[in-house]
Amino acid sequence: MIYAYIAVMAVTTYLIRMLPLTLFQKKIRNRYLRSFLYYVPYACLAAMTFPAILYSSGSVISAAAGFLTAVLLSLREKSLLTVALSACAAVFVVERILALAAGQPLFS
Amino acid sequence: MPVLHKHTRKKERPVPPGRLKGEPSHNSFSEGFRHGIPIGLGYFSVSIAFGIKAVSGGLTPFEAVLISLTNLTSAGQFAGITVIAAGASLLEMALTQLVVNLRYALMSLSLSQKLHESVGTLKRCVIAFGNTDEIFAVASSQKGSLGLQYMLGLMTAPIFGWSLGTLTGAVADTLLPDFIRSALGIALYGMFIAIVVPPMKKQGSVRAVVTVSLVISTAFYYIPGLSSLSPGFVIIICTLAAAGLAAFLFPLPEQEDSSEAPSAQETAASEGRERP
Repeated sequence: MIYAYIAVMAVTTYLIRMLPLTLFQKKIRNRYLRSFLYYVPYACLAAMTFPAILYSSGSVISAAAGFLTAVLLSLREKSLLTVALSACAAVFVVERILALAAGQPLFS
Repeated sequence: MPVLHKHTRKKERPVPPGRLKGEPSHNSFSEGFRHGIPIGLGYFSVSIAFGIKAVSGGLTPFEAVLISLTNLTSAGQFAGITVIAAGASLLEMALTQLVVNLRYALMSLSLSQKLHESVGTLKRCVIAFGNTDEIFAVASSQKGSLGLQYMLGLMTAPIFGWSLGTLTGAVADTLLPDFIRSALGIALYGMFIAIVVPPMKKQGSVRAVVTVSLVISTAFYYIPGLSSLSPGFVIIICTLAAAGLAAFLFPLPEQEDSSEAPSAQETAASEGRERP
């Protein structure tokens, strides 16, 4: 039974991704539709990022620090890897400071 | 089938956006692979959480890794193991996946316009497997058109990261201490920001799209009642609203080359919009 579940999961997810990619191989000419598809990634990424990012780490404060770090470095057009790792580093540092301030062990 | 073009390379005009001719702008496996490394790292940390949750829900590590290898989707998999744990029907499983993952249909439609003409149906079937949020994000942030090799390279590190992380979580959830996991949790979001912010600096239209989407998604997150909606569905609503509005307010410039009859394609496009 577990494999039936896994098969249904995998097939459903795959079809959702595969059908639009194979059915629409020609360039879409409709100006509105082209514009819409051009804006899809930005709309989608923004919705996925915020406010979920604030709850992606141990505390909202450290996550907000990571968020700000990522925005500042992105404004300076740093690479994806640099921005991602710097956000992680900011979370890490702020969480250590928070632990110190609360008198908790530094690494738990 | 790709048609051979009359122009030689030298005579080639600059390719207007949306019209992809000649060679794909990006078709190197190693370039794609390099672009996929941050995604793979982020996936590794996220999928550890999935591995832990799957095993605590009664799955074996093998089954957990099998799910990750065959699905390659975060929210869908988390929802899936909840459905399995509840012993729900297969139909319910299919519907859950459809709702949580429907956003991929929008991404695939957008990606389909980004792939080069040389990428035929069979190649698209392979690429479709790897069209995750992050792979889509990086792919669509590249200038110009994309070829199969670039896409395969881009998919490689994320697939490894996702499966290895799941295995790690399933086999030994104590392998990574909490403070490392907490810090890694933000990696993927950091990457999204790095993709969205630079074009926001240059284009007012992108600023508008992002702002509208942020406001709607924040409202859905915090307003009681609205917050019970599944995150996958919220993403669809935000995307349709923000991108739809921007397409209306800030349409892209009309394409110069309109010599070929558009009717067949427009028919295909409008048919497709009715598909679920």
